[in-house]
Amino acid sequence: MKGKFVAGGAVIAAALAYMIYAGVTQSAVYFVTPSELRAAPVVGKAYRLGGLVQPGSLRWEPRSLDLSFALSDGKATVPVRHKGTPPDLFGESRGAVVEGSWTADGYFKASLILAKHSEEYKAPHDGGTTLGKDLIRTLQGEGRQ
Amino acid sequence: MIPELGSAAAIVALALALWGAVAAATGARTGRPALVLSAQHAALGVFVLVTACFALLTYAFLIFDFSVRYVAINTNLGTPFYYRITGVWGALEGSIILWTWMLALYTLIVILRHRESAHELYPWVLTVMLSVMAFFLLVITVAAPPFARLTPVPADGRGLNPLLEDTGMITHPVALGWWSYHVLGWGGYWAWDPVENAAFMPWLTATAFLHSVMVQERRRMLKLWNLWLVILTFGLTLFGTFLTRSGVIASVHAFTQGSIGVFFLSFLALVLLTALALLAWRWDALSAQGELDSVVSRESAFLLNNVLLIAAAFTVFFGTVFPLLSEAVRGVKVSVGAPFFNQVNVPLFLALIFLMGVGPLIAWRRASPDNLRRSFLWPVAVGVAAAALFSALGIRSTLAVLALALTVFVAATIAVDFSRATRARLRMGERLLPAMGGLLRRHNRRYGGFVVHLGILIVTLGVTGSQAWSVQTETTLRRGEAAELAGYRVRFDGLTATEESNHFKVAGAFTVSNGRVLSVLRPAKKFYPQEQSPIAGVDYRLGFGEDVYLVLGDFARDGSEATVKLQVNRLVSWIWIGGAVLTLGALLAILPDRKKPA
Repeated sequence: MKGKFVAGGAVIAAALAYMIYAGVTQSAVYFVTPSELRAAPVVGKAYRLGGLVQPGSLRWEPRSLDLSFALSDGKATVPVRHKGTPPDLFGESRGAVVEGSWTADGYFKASLILAKHSEEYKAPHDGGTTLGKDLIRTLQGEGRQ
Repeated sequence: MIPELGSAAAIVALALALWGAVAAATGARTGRPALVLSAQHAALGVFVLVTACFALLTYAFLIFDFSVRYVAINTNLGTPFYYRITGVWGALEGSIILWTWMLALYTLIVILRHRESAHELYPWVLTVMLSVMAFFLLVITVAAPPFARLTPVPADGRGLNPLLEDTGMITHPVALGWWSYHVLGWGGYWAWDPVENAAFMPWLTATAFLHSVMVQERRRMLKLWNLWLVILTFGLTLFGTFLTRSGVIASVHAFTQGSIGVFFLSFLALVLLTALALLAWRWDALSAQGELDSVVSRESAFLLNNVLLIAAAFTVFFGTVFPLLSEAVRGVKVSVGAPFFNQVNVPLFLALIFLMGVGPLIAWRRASPDNLRRSFLWPVAVGVAAAALFSALGIRSTLAVLALALTVFVAATIAVDFSRATRARLRMGERLLPAMGGLLRRHNRRYGGFVVHLGILIVTLGVTGSQAWSVQTETTLRRGEAAELAGYRVRFDGLTATEESNHFKVAGAFTVSNGRVLSVLRPAKKFYPQEQSPIAGVDYRLGFGEDVYLVLGDFARDGSEATVKLQVNRLVSWIWIGGAVLTLGALLAILPDRKKPA
């Protein structure tokens, strides 16, 4: 009796090990910095690339949903393209993590942009307030026309 | 003054908890009931003091005492009343107080129910509970002091993380999935994020225990295994706290980094070592008395259920810590994402659903061919017929057909069991409804379990539907222009800006129609003064069949254009309904047993 259970357990363990192995090899995503990626880019491999969005590099075309920017770590920069709206908390001179792959055409094709938020203490500032008031003014002004 | 009172209460509670733990243990060893009584008083004192801590912190939130750092970070003058209450446990320090308070409450319940019982284990239970509370109070006094002062005192606080400003947060962790779906704005409810995984692992091992303990009750087997499961579950809750609160693995939830990680890891090591030592000490008392008789029996179905649940927990654990492992072993940081978890777990969960149909009906010890035929002939036939029907209806995904057919099979086994038991009662001369009600009341553990299983089936239906049939698109619309998706037409009518109590809100108006106008959805972007960038406020139209879900992306300053993400999510509502059914079933199952005389 005991033999049957041991055999069954071994079969389950082997199947699980295989599934985990296959799962890892198929969905592994490598964490790299812009300089690491630039040093040895492999076309088609899945990367997670983290860096700072370079000031002046951000382009956003609402009609075509084309988003492009450059991620930098101070030593190297990587051009990134993405299809879709930039997420909240995303902007120039701010940290961003993108997931995707390197293309043969020399840019990083991002399928996902992760915004970083933190619970760190920041003194209140009026950036959001100014923007909000500005918006109310333009939208209301626009509405009267 | 108030903060100092709070800190002092925590320190006194820590001292009481330490004393109580030692006193109860000494009392048990030397047989002095006076010491156990003293430990009991200490535990009551801890409860009162932790309640006071919680109340004082809440008070500090209500009066905007920004001299307290935790209050200044998590609230500001514009924070509405409810969110000042929920903000109390919205971040690390407060959530630890809430946790400690719940532990103190459990201890109180244990004392109220068992103090007269004079059970030999009672003092030891007090020792363990007080030691665990002492650890949490140590965290409160040293690692994450909620009453720490902030100098200079700011005129206004930073405010609660606006993502947490949602009614779902009032019920806190219960509604994590709901929160993701309704607030985070990515239209999903589960992302295999480390924080979610951390909450999921103990749930899996606890479920394994709930099932294997029935085998222990009935057949006196698996004692050692069950103890392992209990230890593992407790260890995993601590590990989850370590994982989420130490910032060791980068996560979308990005919790605070700090010394708290070291605390939890040390405590975890201490708990595991103590548990191992205790197991080794009492090893011979724990050997099994029963034996497995046959592969085709309820014992082995439950055993397989345990193996699969542990396998799932291991998979989740492995995937969650994989970045750490690969960094330590190979020097490169590699993560495995949602595809890994889905690929490995989906087969395991399908097998578990199948067992959910088999386990409760198959006979103990050795199932006879007659038992198998009586219990499973109809359910299997119905399941196969359902699979054929779903294929004929044009469902392409094999996985979806399999999941739905298994769901039907399990539902049929529950129906077979319930109708068999009801018929037995009808033959005794009872009427239909009283017979059914009587079953639920008298065998509340068994039928509560069945209701929990039904809840899981409903959740499965929702997950299958949303995975297999949801569609989405993203597009930029001019005013008056419309997008189409899955039979819906969504027209952009314009933008409005308003000033709310603690933020500015820009909302788009979108008319949703499918031949006739269904509703106007207003997804918004909220601009909080304390945040660098806006927070998305999603809007949705919920339905039993499908939800229309809109997220406002970007917009032109003059209101002429807006980018919108449009999703039609199928059957997602059933995930929440299933969750409610599951909770009801669990409540039914834990109702006090009526068979035993009170």
